[in-house]
Amino acid sequence: MSADAARHAVDRPPRTPEALLSIRQVVKQFAGRPVLCGISLEVAAGEFLTILGESGSGKTTLLRLIAGFEQLDGGEIRMEGERLDQVPAYRRQVNTVFQSYAIFPHLSVFENVAYGLRAKGARKSEIPERVIAALAMVKMEGFAQSAPVKLSGGQQQRVALARALVNRPRVLLLDEPLSALDANLRRQMQIELKSLQREVGITFIFVTHDQEEAMALSDRIALLRAGRIEQVAGPREIYGRPLTAYAAEFIGQTNLLRAEVRDGMARAGSILWRTLGPPGEITFSLRPEAIRIVPPSRAQLVADRSVAQFRGRVRNQTFGGAMDVLEIDCGDAQFLRARVPSPGPVSGEMEFEFAAADAIRLREGSDH
Amino acid sequence: MYSRAYKASVMIPPLLWVAAFLLVPYTMLFAYSFWSVSPAGVIVHSWNLQNYLELLRNPIYATVLLRSMRIAASVTLLALLLGYPLAYYLSFHAAKRKELLYQLVIIPLCASYLVRGYAWKTILGSDGVLNAFLRYLHFTHRPVEFFLYSPFAVVLTLTHIYTPFTFLPIYASLEHVPRNLIEASHDLGAPPWITFRRVVWPLSLPGVVAGATLAFVLTLGDFLSPLLVGGPSGIMISNIVVSLFGAAYNWPLGAAISLSMLLLVLAVLFATEKFERKLRLS
Repeated sequence: MSADAARHAVDRPPRTPEALLSIRQVVKQFAGRPVLCGISLEVAAGEFLTILGESGSGKTTLLRLIAGFEQLDGGEIRMEGERLDQVPAYRRQVNTVFQSYAIFPHLSVFENVAYGLRAKGARKSEIPERVIAALAMVKMEGFAQSAPVKLSGGQQQRVALARALVNRPRVLLLDEPLSALDANLRRQMQIELKSLQREVGITFIFVTHDQEEAMALSDRIALLRAGRIEQVAGPREIYGRPLTAYAAEFIGQTNLLRAEVRDGMARAGSILWRTLGPPGEITFSLRPEAIRIVPPSRAQLVADRSVAQFRGRVRNQTFGGAMDVLEIDCGDAQFLRARVPSPGPVSGEMEFEFAAADAIRLREGSDH
Repeated sequence: MYSRAYKASVMIPPLLWVAAFLLVPYTMLFAYSFWSVSPAGVIVHSWNLQNYLELLRNPIYATVLLRSMRIAASVTLLALLLGYPLAYYLSFHAAKRKELLYQLVIIPLCASYLVRGYAWKTILGSDGVLNAFLRYLHFTHRPVEFFLYSPFAVVLTLTHIYTPFTFLPIYASLEHVPRNLIEASHDLGAPPWITFRRVVWPLSLPGVVAGATLAFVLTLGDFLSPLLVGGPSGIMISNIVVSLFGAAYNWPLGAAISLSMLLLVLAVLFATEKFERKLRLS
């Protein structure tokens, strides 16, 4: 499959018939201000989907629409073909883990977890068993009789998870559940969350503004920007083949190269490489780690330009342990950032290269 | 950090206030309640239990006290029945009208107690608004007399006066119910009425207890409403205290009733405090 065909496949959201949740052309406004401008997204059963975006991108609003806390202004949400958006929140087979946990302060940990079972009229005899099993799943079985006010943030988070999972929802919605935790606990909870999701096999829709978290956890990432979907793809795909400059810069770091494409060749200043696709003024994304230092012994031009080679002056070197970051001045006001295996102190003019395939052609006019 | 001297100096004015206007009068009241009045109408400073025995011996005091408590309980119940739904509506559903409605509840508190008392007098009297209205509708042909000068009139007037006092703490506690708890309850499958019963109501109970206590205690000590609209059958215990300290000139007996009332109110406060703590922990 050519690179172009692969990109084409990503362009189209996969519309599989067995999609659990279908979000179609969803529109939401607050006081006339558009928050979501026609979101379409399909979520498969058992998937870990992350809705990633800056604050104000509408990601939490989308989650609240799925949960039923807000009403749609347009479009529809379906679960297994049935309209979900017209069903009240308390009759949806969807549960939410709130950013602020929203643990009932007047109920014990046990009663918090039992809340959903009692509300739906589960048999009295099976409640204790299911509650303890859910608490065990999040390693909180020892706290069943505790008052929630005595729990730490991380423990409350676990109770909130157990309280949602005990109902065996079709979809679990998680609204930045880890953002209030400190860095170490956060990493630990990420790992636990991921393995928990594999264990229970429930569809997770996870909202975050943290791209590293999104990459670590997700099967797919939906990148939201100002109420629109910028790109939906797996973490490797979205990192390796960003569609737009925004996606490239939001997920990881990148160099944006403005190049003139003509006759299958791209030229950005003095840098020249082979490329496919129609000619014109094109922006390319080049990840810092795609740039390598060419040892002087091997400084030999690759004739077909499948590897771009250029000279640049190292303006700045930041030591980072195994990898250093170099700021390279390529002339013509073109600066590139390279992440290379620590070469020891370097300075002055050097030879660099990158594979032409690593320069990703971005979609134009995406900066709305 | 503030120095001890600073902290102590800040405490002096309120302590002086409490000493001069609370501690001293209550001590005097305590002393008076064990003295007596001679047949010549002079207060005799000899210690005895006559006043307290008189309270137990003469059934009029128990009757009036029970009536006072019955009226206080009725007013409390009515104030809760009126105040809670109002507070609930304001807190959860009033949206843009919230501010206006809140002010409408507060403004009557600025009107003088006497004005409100007399207002009910003009409404309930035999030439009053209510009777005129009933005659206009031809429900009655002559004025209904029992509206005014009855325990009913007292309950009505006091309910009107003290409902804002129950409304305010209930409203405050409802405003403090985190809204995401209500969303969480819906999210977990609880329809609105179960959400109310299991989340909103328990979390608003401290406000209910505070409001009920205020209404009960304030009503129990009220003497103006019975005076204005109560008539002979609507006399409350504080009216007796007023007359004993006034025309009847029996300060020792009045002091004994006052102290008994004080103990009763303290017992009520103590019980509700216990009750609220138990609710909060269960």
